[in-house]
Amino acid sequence: MFLTPVQTIIMILAVMAGTQLTRWLPFILFPENKKPPEVVLYLGKVLPAAVMGLLVVYCLRNTNFLQAPHGVPEVLAVAAVAALHWWKGNVLVSIAGGTALYMLLVQVIFA
Amino acid sequence: MSKTNPAVRWGRLLRTAFPATVPVMTGFLVLGFAYGVLMDTKGYGPLWSTLMSLLAFGGSMQYVAITLLTTVFDPIQAFLLSVMVNARHLFYGLALLEKYKGLGKVRGFLIFALCDETFSLVSTVEPPADVDRKDFYLGVSILNYGYWVLATAVGGLMGDLIPFDTTGLDFALTALFVVLFMEQWKKRENRFAGATGIVCAVVALVIFGAEQMVIPAMILMAVILLGGRKRVCS
Repeated sequence: MFLTPVQTIIMILAVMAGTQLTRWLPFILFPENKKPPEVVLYLGKVLPAAVMGLLVVYCLRNTNFLQAPHGVPEVLAVAAVAALHWWKGNVLVSIAGGTALYMLLVQVIFA
Repeated sequence: MSKTNPAVRWGRLLRTAFPATVPVMTGFLVLGFAYGVLMDTKGYGPLWSTLMSLLAFGGSMQYVAITLLTTVFDPIQAFLLSVMVNARHLFYGLALLEKYKGLGKVRGFLIFALCDETFSLVSTVEPPADVDRKDFYLGVSILNYGYWVLATAVGGLMGDLIPFDTTGLDFALTALFVVLFMEQWKKRENRFAGATGIVCAVVALVIFGAEQMVIPAMILMAVILLGGRKRVCS
């Protein structure tokens, strides 16, 4: 441990406070009993799809396409997930298949 | 909710939400475990790592916080950094204002435990027909939170004792987001937003780099989506 127990607790509470602020702020700004402005309702409708795209890219943000294996495992595994999902439409099959392929690629084939 | 036996009710609630959370479980068990192990190697045993997971639940920020716990004590910096790293939650809240309306007592917990994975499931997956919407949201939130806390504790206790190579298992979370993106894509009216999300994130990644991409991507997304609003409405 680098910090004292009291300092550590303060740090945990600081991280908690920052994180919770980001979770509560929208609900505090637009309380349940009042109808939010149209713009906010519109954002609420379109954001899930946009955020899902952001999260896919975010998960892959540390992939290095310039160095071997040039992101090949990531690209193949994402393609496998998409193909499985398009073909079978079963969430668990798509995720398990893609993850198994990815593990095989990074542990055995491109190890 | 009817007045059934609480144990039966809770059991049913968790059972109906469980299938949707299996991919999250896979990812969280690996990443939560790794978090507990990492904290332990920095001298913060299972009590500390579990306390952090319980109170400051939020995967990527907890990893960032490891760095903060091993340098000069600076809680203000920790607070500001948590706000920035977790700024994407602002969008989740906006998107869930309607869904999380009128849920009474459980609403506080749903907001407290709102993470990327819970948001993705709650906003994309329809609860089974015979299940109360509130029960589904609550079940998903409790399970995802529980996986993370439990995995942290086990990681902190066991250290580096896992018997097989888990490298790449956390790809389950990437795969989950890919699948949920495709589910969103099925609806024609979501395609403009989905494509906007991908393009803005890639642009932000290229310009600002892996560790700084989220906030620029969010701003860019908001600008384009608001600009596209007129086009869609007219």
